[in-house]
Amino acid sequence: MLALFKRDILLAVRSGGGFGLALAFFLILVMFVPFGIGPDRAVLARIAPGILWIGALLACLLSLDRVFQLDAEDGTLEALATSPIPLTGLVSAKAAAHWITTGLPLTLASAPLGYLLGLPSIGYVWLIASLGVGTVSLSFIGTFGAAITVGIKRGGLLLSLLVLPLYIPTLILGAHVVTRAVTGQNPTPSLALLCGLTLLTLALIPAAAAMALRANMR
Amino acid sequence: MSIWEYANPVKFMALSGRVLPFATLLSASLLLTGLVWGFFFTADDYKQGSTVKIIFLHVPAALMAINIWLMMLVASLVWLVRRHHVSALAARAAAPIGITMTLIALFTGAIWGKPMWGTYWAWDPRLTSFMILFVFYLGYLALWQAVEDDDTAADLTSILCMVGSVFALLSRYAVNLWNQGLHQGATLTATKESPIDGSYYYPLLICIVGFITLFITLVLLRTRMHIRLRRSRAVLAREATR
Repeated sequence: MLALFKRDILLAVRSGGGFGLALAFFLILVMFVPFGIGPDRAVLARIAPGILWIGALLACLLSLDRVFQLDAEDGTLEALATSPIPLTGLVSAKAAAHWITTGLPLTLASAPLGYLLGLPSIGYVWLIASLGVGTVSLSFIGTFGAAITVGIKRGGLLLSLLVLPLYIPTLILGAHVVTRAVTGQNPTPSLALLCGLTLLTLALIPAAAAMALRANMR
Repeated sequence: MSIWEYANPVKFMALSGRVLPFATLLSASLLLTGLVWGFFFTADDYKQGSTVKIIFLHVPAALMAINIWLMMLVASLVWLVRRHHVSALAARAAAPIGITMTLIALFTGAIWGKPMWGTYWAWDPRLTSFMILFVFYLGYLALWQAVEDDDTAADLTSILCMVGSVFALLSRYAVNLWNQGLHQGATLTATKESPIDGSYYYPLLICIVGFITLFITLVLLRTRMHIRLRRSRAVLAREATR
């Protein structure tokens, strides 16, 4: 499992395109917001928590179809499925690798991007905390979507249609943490709920994704 | 004699064929009675005027929109556990009806909301969760369309329905935290004395039962259609190999 995890990270880093792509997308998205809304700092600061969360969420979505697709095409997935690793373990390793290569960089990049949008200084800790916890659940839910669509040719669009509704609770809670922090309310209850949601995802999703993979490989 | 006997498509077709005319007649007469009574023979509300009468469409549709998803969840579980094809097809047959009910609830609500709240749409938790339910239905239907193999499609949509139920429920409570509501709380409850006046209550009940029988009629009809579609495809495949 650990070997698989390392292999996936290495592949993502070395193959190029996948790794930096999400970050570049995030940067461009955040850059577009002032173009669309206008450079008024008060307005930007007001919508910054939501924009940063939506941007990170969409950037996370971008690399999802790679999670299983390449392995499914060259037959590695079948080999892995017949290996002694349980399918839930395989899914968890894949999701964890996706988080390391997408969720973690996005979380770290959110702080400077937040500064560009004029996020009030109290918000940074909570932004990083909420994204750090929330992107874990985004990666796992996304891996479930990838497992469902692995057998479908050109399933990218369908994948987003399936995954985005499942992202709703994470987005609401995550953006709520940052919004509460910058408006001077106590954000810890929302962060606790977000942590709970992530733990629920960690418990539930690997089993569901393994079921979906099994159905797809029958 | 158990309910599982009707997992056999032949038995299901025979039974549903016999039930269907009665169900059609029953739902048509109930809806006609309930809606005509509700629309033409109840007094206007002293504050809301005649707009209140949209309740006879809005409440049953909203009830059905949620309960159809629940029925799909049960049917999906039956498919995953006991692998009865009729069950998977019933879930598939129910989804378009559910999405239509969701749209009816959203649109009747908007029509009522304009004169009463002064707006067609507000980001109210209940309204928002119905829009969320709508996208869940969309994803479910899209997945049925996209997967070619029937059994795989049934498996994948069932898994999606299960996971979707959990996240739809989470969304329902997450939106509460995010905005205060305009929508009133539930009026009809099973346990408490209803605050609604009897002259509205009885036609509303008839409408709700009418919507339930309408759903049963439609879901039987559509399940029969899917069974026949599958049979005809099997016949075509046999012809092709000959």
